[in-house]
Amino acid sequence: MLEIRNLHASIEAKEILRGIDLKVNVGEVHAIMGPNGSGKSTLANVLAGRPEYQVTAGEVIYEGKDLLAMAPEIRAREGVFLAFQYPVELPGVNNTTFLRAALNEAHKHRNQPEVSAGAFLAMLKKKIQLVEMPDTLLNRAVNEGFSGGEKKRNEILQMAVLEPRLAILDETDSGLDIDALRIVAGGVNKLRSKDNAIIVVTHYQRLLNYIVPDFVHVLYNGKIVKSGDKELALELEERGYDWAKDEEVAAR
Amino acid sequence: MNNSDLTVEKFANEQYKYGFVTDIETDKLPKGLNEDVIRLISEKKNEPAWMTEWRLKAYRHWLTMKEPHWSNVKYDPIDYQDIVYYAAPKKKPKLNNLDEADPELVKAFEKLGIPIEEQKRLAGVAVDAVFDSVSVATTFKEKLSELGIVFCSMSEALQHHPDLVKKYLGTVVPYTDNFFASLNSAVFSDGSFAYVPKGVRCPMELSTYFRINASETGQFERTLIVAEEGAYVSYLEGCTAPIRDTNQLHAAVVELVALDNAEIKYSTVQNWYPGDKDGKGGIYNFVTKRGACRGVNSKISWTQVETGSAITWKYPSCLLQGDNSVGEFYSVAMTNNMQQADTGTKMIHIGKNTRSTIISKGISAGRSNNSYRGQVRITRKADNARNYSQCDSLLIGDKCGAHTFPYLETNNPTAQVEHEATTSKIGADQIFYLNQRGISTEDAVRLIVNGYCKEVFKQLPMEFAVEATRLLSMSLEGSVG
Ligand SMILES: Nc1ncnc2c1ncn2[C@@H]1O[C@H](COP(=O)(O)OP(=O)(O)OP(=O)(O)O)[C@@H](O)[C@H]1O
Ligand SMILES: [Mg+2]
Repeated sequence: MLEIRNLHASIEAKEILRGIDLKVNVGEVHAIMGPNGSGKSTLANVLAGRPEYQVTAGEVIYEGKDLLAMAPEIRAREGVFLAFQYPVELPGVNNTTFLRAALNEAHKHRNQPEVSAGAFLAMLKKKIQLVEMPDTLLNRAVNEGFSGGEKKRNEILQMAVLEPRLAILDETDSGLDIDALRIVAGGVNKLRSKDNAIIVVTHYQRLLNYIVPDFVHVLYNGKIVKSGDKELALELEERGYDWAKDEEVAAR
Repeated sequence: MNNSDLTVEKFANEQYKYGFVTDIETDKLPKGLNEDVIRLISEKKNEPAWMTEWRLKAYRHWLTMKEPHWSNVKYDPIDYQDIVYYAAPKKKPKLNNLDEADPELVKAFEKLGIPIEEQKRLAGVAVDAVFDSVSVATTFKEKLSELGIVFCSMSEALQHHPDLVKKYLGTVVPYTDNFFASLNSAVFSDGSFAYVPKGVRCPMELSTYFRINASETGQFERTLIVAEEGAYVSYLEGCTAPIRDTNQLHAAVVELVALDNAEIKYSTVQNWYPGDKDGKGGIYNFVTKRGACRGVNSKISWTQVETGSAITWKYPSCLLQGDNSVGEFYSVAMTNNMQQADTGTKMIHIGKNTRSTIISKGISAGRSNNSYRGQVRITRKADNARNYSQCDSLLIGDKCGAHTFPYLETNNPTAQVEHEATTSKIGADQIFYLNQRGISTEDAVRLIVNGYCKEVFKQLPMEFAVEATRLLSMSLEGSVG
């Protein structure tokens, strides 16, 4: 479904990603871990097409297509979803209006009929239960004045509505209390299927107890230095990133 | 330069959609202005002698005045002798309904996307269409006249209700008021007149679509709306104009009078031709709009959505004379490309316990300049006056400007005045967030801008709000990041 080959990317002439290779098959969940500043969000944003980043080398094939050649909104309509580490506030833009506009863009792109306001509201009622979000948040402006945890839930609500093929969750667990973590993770698990794939960026093994990954990768200084199964996360927790880095250095 | 700025550039290259000239024969005077021209205008319109005199007095006063240059706009000097001061359609049919109208006119309205027929059906609106200075279609008049409401063109009012006109004309905006108002008083061609008698609630929105048509014709509309004791009326004004090469001057005057317990709502969606992307050929819109809350508990609300004109100079104001009277001003002023707007309001508190609210939303895109100029004056006798002002500016791209000039004058210690101002920019991160959800940059900007204007839009009558949203989207087309 997704194949990243030798991806290099920089921002403001500073190279952040220094040759990423990653293959994600449909139905898989991949976790990406790594210390602060190692480039996890950069990778997520480059995949989503954020214009501030320049891709200097490499390629990304998504569903057989050149992902990097697509405009960000086209990537989204093709099923790529990014749950932001820091969701942006959109003052004045009604959350429900926004969600429906987003869904209808995807529908138009796939030549599916638009969803009527009524049908959408009915659908939304079900989806908010998935993240146990109070429906008052639907009538507010997108993320405006939302607490950190509410913003994160709102991201997963959007994921639930848009049903992406490839979801990238950038530290969706950070800022969530223990109950919220369980709820949000539960929501993600319900959205997990054999027809989609999920990349979870996290610092905490705790999240991976709920969303159990098929693979775990360690990103260090713009490179994937170690990959393994879910046991790797436990090992990292015990031994720290230095251990993973040292292994890479030793391997060189 | 980032991606969103590039989109701004792209947007800025859009063409004005309503550019077309309708082929209706016009009867027009030669260019230039002197006393004979004014007499001729008055004569052509078969006006009473006092009206002719009033025009002449205004003209003589105007000759002593200088064009104001205090606003934050720049333009080449206007040659007032190079303007045609009167143009009327040659065929001047008397119409009972739209079917009798000149098919060219109907076509023109259809091109505007606001066919009168649809307007009527949608909203039960009585439309008094001012087409190049002379009214050709006035509807619903009979239904209104059963209630004693007069709604007609100013020319007709001067024929059929001269005493009413005489009683109120120039009482809010005297012919000496300012340069453009004096000029208008001298040469006004037509406009609307509405009169709602004591205790009557006007059951429908009164609406006029203005349109400049004949080439190089300055437009000098004169509108007067009177609500007697306990009366209520909501008036809608909308306009678009076709493409021109030379700049066109538009200097309208609107006067509102609300007596005891009366309420007037005046809504405008303004979309004069703004000029091409270099600012060439747009309309100069120098308007004097003022309402007098003359009676106790009276209320006047101005709501405006401004998207057009090369230059806009406009300050709908309220004179709060009656005790407990209320003045409101809700405005969205959008400028793009090379447009310049200097708009705002004046709230003059004279009576006791008078209240005013100002909500101004400026949006600047392209290389445009958007200024808010607002005056709140609390006079000595205005005990317990209150004002709340909120002036927000939204910038799209980084070549445009937004300026706020609040003037506050308080002569009474019991006054409570509150002013809030914000400036925000549509951020690249907001655009990207929306892009990431499948929404294009154009639609992203629309969503944000509509959200930003919501407070003003909700003041507009439903069908007008839809139109305003559409116009705003159109003006934003090609302009945003
Ligand atoms: N606009 C920018 N200008 C310069 N450097 C930047 C910019 N944006 C990001 N960086 C740098 O890129 C590097 C990678 O950042 P990134 O956000 O991808 O890290 P991360 O792995 O997600 O970290 P965290 O775990 O803290 O979220 C950091 O050193 C950061 O400072
Ligand atoms: Mg990060």
